[in-house]
Amino acid sequence: MQTSISWIKKYVPDLTATDQEYVDAMTLSGTKAEGYVRLDADLDKIVVGQIEKIDPHPDANKLVVCQVNVGTETVQIVTGAPNVEVGQKVPVVLDGGRVAGNHDGKMTAGGIKIKKGKLRGVESCGMMCSIEELGSDRYMHPEAPEYGIYVFGDDVEVGADAIELLGLHDTVVEYEVTSNRVDCYSVIGIAREAAATFNKPFYAPKVKATGNDEKAEDYVKVTVENTELCPRYCARVVKNVKIGPSPKWMQECLVSVGIRPINNLVDITNYVMEEYGQPMHAYDLATIKGQHIIVKCAQDGDEFVTLDGQTRKLDHDVLMINDEEGPVGIAGIMGGQNSMITDQVQTVLFEAACFDGTNIRLSSKRVGMRTDASGKFEKGLDPENARAAIDRACQLMEELGAGEVVGGCVDVYPNPVEERKVAFEPEKINALLGTDLTAEQMLEYLNRVELKLDPETNMIVVPTFRQDIFRTADIAEEVARFFGYDNIPTTLPKATTAGGVSFGERIEQIARDVAEMDGFSQGYCYSFESPKVFDKLLYAPDAPERQAIQILNPLGEDFSIMRTVSVNGLLVSLGNNYNHRNKSVKLYELGNVYLPKSLPLTELPDERKQLTLCMYDAGDFFTLKGTIENFMERVGMKKKAVYDPKAGIPYLHPGRQAKIMYDGVEIGFLGELHPQAAKNYEIGTRAYVAVLDMPSIVPMCSFDYKYKGVAKFPAVSRDLSMVVPKEIMVGDIEKMIETRGGKLLESLQLFDVYEGNQIDRGFKSVAYSVTFRAPDRTLSEEDITGVMKKILHGLESMGIVLRQ
Amino acid sequence: MSDVMKERLEQILKDATARIQESDALDKLNDVRVSFLGKKGELTTVLKSMKDVAKEDRPLIGQMVNETRAKIEACLEKTKSDLEAKLLEARLEEEVIDVTLPAKKQTLGHRHPNTIALEEVERIFTGMGYEVLEGPEIEYDKYNFELLNIPANHPAKDEQDTFYINKEIVLRTQTSPVQARVMETGKMPIRMICPGRVFRSDEVDATHSPSFHQIEGLVVDKNITFADLKGTLEQFAKELFGPETKTKFRPHHFPFTEPSAEMDVSCFKCGGKGCRFCKGEGWIEILGCGMVHPHVFEMCGIDPEEYTGFAFGVGLERIALLKYEIDDMRLLYENDYRFLKQF
Repeated sequence: MQTSISWIKKYVPDLTATDQEYVDAMTLSGTKAEGYVRLDADLDKIVVGQIEKIDPHPDANKLVVCQVNVGTETVQIVTGAPNVEVGQKVPVVLDGGRVAGNHDGKMTAGGIKIKKGKLRGVESCGMMCSIEELGSDRYMHPEAPEYGIYVFGDDVEVGADAIELLGLHDTVVEYEVTSNRVDCYSVIGIAREAAATFNKPFYAPKVKATGNDEKAEDYVKVTVENTELCPRYCARVVKNVKIGPSPKWMQECLVSVGIRPINNLVDITNYVMEEYGQPMHAYDLATIKGQHIIVKCAQDGDEFVTLDGQTRKLDHDVLMINDEEGPVGIAGIMGGQNSMITDQVQTVLFEAACFDGTNIRLSSKRVGMRTDASGKFEKGLDPENARAAIDRACQLMEELGAGEVVGGCVDVYPNPVEERKVAFEPEKINALLGTDLTAEQMLEYLNRVELKLDPETNMIVVPTFRQDIFRTADIAEEVARFFGYDNIPTTLPKATTAGGVSFGERIEQIARDVAEMDGFSQGYCYSFESPKVFDKLLYAPDAPERQAIQILNPLGEDFSIMRTVSVNGLLVSLGNNYNHRNKSVKLYELGNVYLPKSLPLTELPDERKQLTLCMYDAGDFFTLKGTIENFMERVGMKKKAVYDPKAGIPYLHPGRQAKIMYDGVEIGFLGELHPQAAKNYEIGTRAYVAVLDMPSIVPMCSFDYKYKGVAKFPAVSRDLSMVVPKEIMVGDIEKMIETRGGKLLESLQLFDVYEGNQIDRGFKSVAYSVTFRAPDRTLSEEDITGVMKKILHGLESMGIVLRQ
Repeated sequence: MSDVMKERLEQILKDATARIQESDALDKLNDVRVSFLGKKGELTTVLKSMKDVAKEDRPLIGQMVNETRAKIEACLEKTKSDLEAKLLEARLEEEVIDVTLPAKKQTLGHRHPNTIALEEVERIFTGMGYEVLEGPEIEYDKYNFELLNIPANHPAKDEQDTFYINKEIVLRTQTSPVQARVMETGKMPIRMICPGRVFRSDEVDATHSPSFHQIEGLVVDKNITFADLKGTLEQFAKELFGPETKTKFRPHHFPFTEPSAEMDVSCFKCGGKGCRFCKGEGWIEILGCGMVHPHVFEMCGIDPEEYTGFAFGVGLERIALLKYEIDDMRLLYENDYRFLKQF
């Protein structure tokens, strides 16, 4: 929404604030000004001059030398403009003045300074200006010549301020109007707020009774078949229409809000639409068959040609304006070509209606056309406004001599809206705001925006244009706005809660700490991705992971499914980092995967937070395994994790992956990225990936430590160096030693694994240091021999022999 | 006899002292000890010759020998500690290192700026007694819209450019549904913040992302006022952006709060004078807030006559971009190490 300040001043003449004061105060009272433009910011020393004499330039065919009376003196100006004539009154920028741009419409920030100088040897004191040089264009000033100097009418005074005459001593303010304040999508609405903000009187336009002695109902009949979608339809008639230009003041208002002046009739409807926020439509009554307007919905499959010549497809929810033979307009969106006003129009039928906002919004979407009118209707207009606006339009028709207004109005308004009443509860308002205002103070603020107390019922009467006020909280906001949010005190609520983070969040914090201590940097990835991701990750066509939740209206295929696997985002990032030649990159992410319980989705999916770790050139499988074990240690997962090589992850190297089991529960997996997957992600080196499922991990975490005492008796260590068939995993050897070592076994430490020279093919050498200790005595030689014997037996049974 | 002996002992002491003083290393000093005090040392020899001394002279001679031994030992000890001190000094001098050589350390990872900002916000609010809660990212329309006073066909639904899974289920467009979920539990009082991921169908560019993060705040109790809202958020702004920060509350509209406001903070770069960072305005828009709408209370089963409350929502990326002067939102999701390592 935008308005010029001079338009506002038509209703708030006492407004004296500077531009900056105006936008600041309006913003603080709730009508946020996004910015403002001074139309004359780059215009300076521009007056009306009259051309008194034109001589040819001695040295240039295309230039002429003009003597121009600028009021105080006559100056010589050289120009190349083709349209100059003696006697013309034109805008002249004097020596030292400024214009906004050049004549082909290119603006210069800060303007262009005009100085006395010589043009081909002839002195020129100033410049005559085209409309473009004054910062506007022919679109907004159709009266300006296509190429050349702007020419004023004869009635202007020589020496007068030309900027003033063009209505450019003005400021246009752009507002962000919130969706609840439908009334502020109008100049009157903004003006009412401005008056309230500055506590100045507000003068609404005075709409006088208009019209001759005839009756509109003798000219036109209106039938509304669907009163729910059209709660009010007003029709008025103007005959003997004389199409011509609208007056300057009206054109200036329209231009200031970016609407191009066309002719008196169009300009009046546009003016009233801006002024009242009520879109209007004008039909040539001669085109309305049967002089009967019927408001009803279209039928599926109907087609209709709108004013712009486009054929629109309709359906049974699109409300149409019809005559007795068929549609003449899409209600609230655009009129039809068949009822278009031409310059030959004799009798005009004005329509000001109220249509259901939601219906207009949805229809305009389906029909594929959003117009100024539909944009206003879809916000849900006040039906009371329709009558006020149509009367205003007729008054203007009369005042501007654009036609003879027929008396009366055909007004189909079966269920008039009533003014809402809200209890006036000053204590509650103070209690909600934390203020200590008197009832009188509150009423003073409320009166400014026409919220009046009915002293008999002690109710605030809400005018119909305020569709956002229903209860005390809404009244409180009005009080707060004009008391000033900044004047409300600042207090802190009394603390009655302890606060803090959940256990799960605490575990996540530790996960971040451990990952970062181990060199992983945190990444953020999108939750939605392409279904092609599963191919990149080498999932089988029937893999359950492909059962992902689809977005109905995604931004594109690349963002169309909710991820069921967490690694894609970080692998893409890893690939990008590799391409940027970033050395040894380690990334982690804590983010959700979304696992549907069934598809299509009938209930919310299982959102599982995954800790994903990825890296290249920064260690190997066991480095990554170390980070995982560091994390487990830090969150009190003190038992031994079991690594099962059959993880079944398609994007990991089949011989270098492991499922991580803790206490019988699968908590995640890790492995080396499959060479094919690495290729798919353009990672040209070995990469490693681990994923931990946080919902599985959090219940395993504990910070409930118990001190067990320090060993009092000495430990005994034995080294075991053995030759092991290659396929036996050290994990199995350890499991056996742990079982057979029993209570006496304190720890075992792998200190060497070797394959190659001196070891037969198919075997590896493995060496452990095994430590025994008893809590209650020094171990005897027999103790050690006994337990070692058991272990050696075990090794033997696995086909393992001690190295000699 | 005793005179001879005395002389001899004095000579031994003299010799020993001289040799001790000549010693410039610990092993030489030890040699001196052995040659005088050792089993075959000179003083031991004297002691052994005691049998030749007259019986009455023995106590005196014995005493003299012991005195001599004590003196030699003292001298040895003194010289030893001097020598040790010298050695230590030499070693320390020898071992001077260039402390400006690079550190040997494990490369640390870097926390994402979003998380750094989030932890800052969480720290501030948990300190004020707020609980940190989470809610689902894929959410029922009911929680995302309906219970927040945004009924079917409400224009706000369009404004928020929602991603739909089906008619009832959406990708949440705001963290506000957690408000409704928490209020529905009926446990009073409420004092919580809820950080989380939200989604809107905006194309990716320098200032937009289809997925970003918000932090929702909600306080519900008896006698909560708009003044409390202002005080709380003012405190928050000062802690987040520095004690000099000023706040400005402007009326605004959100369907689920009334009265509603937007909060600006004085530009922390120029202090409010106006600079390129704040586009010359001196103020930066930070968050939306307001008093919980009584209708929202009613829909969530809370009596608005008994309870009042306030809510606010902050864009996490907005804070991260502002605070760390990041000029392109896309950087936050590219995970380029050259970017991440700056945090």
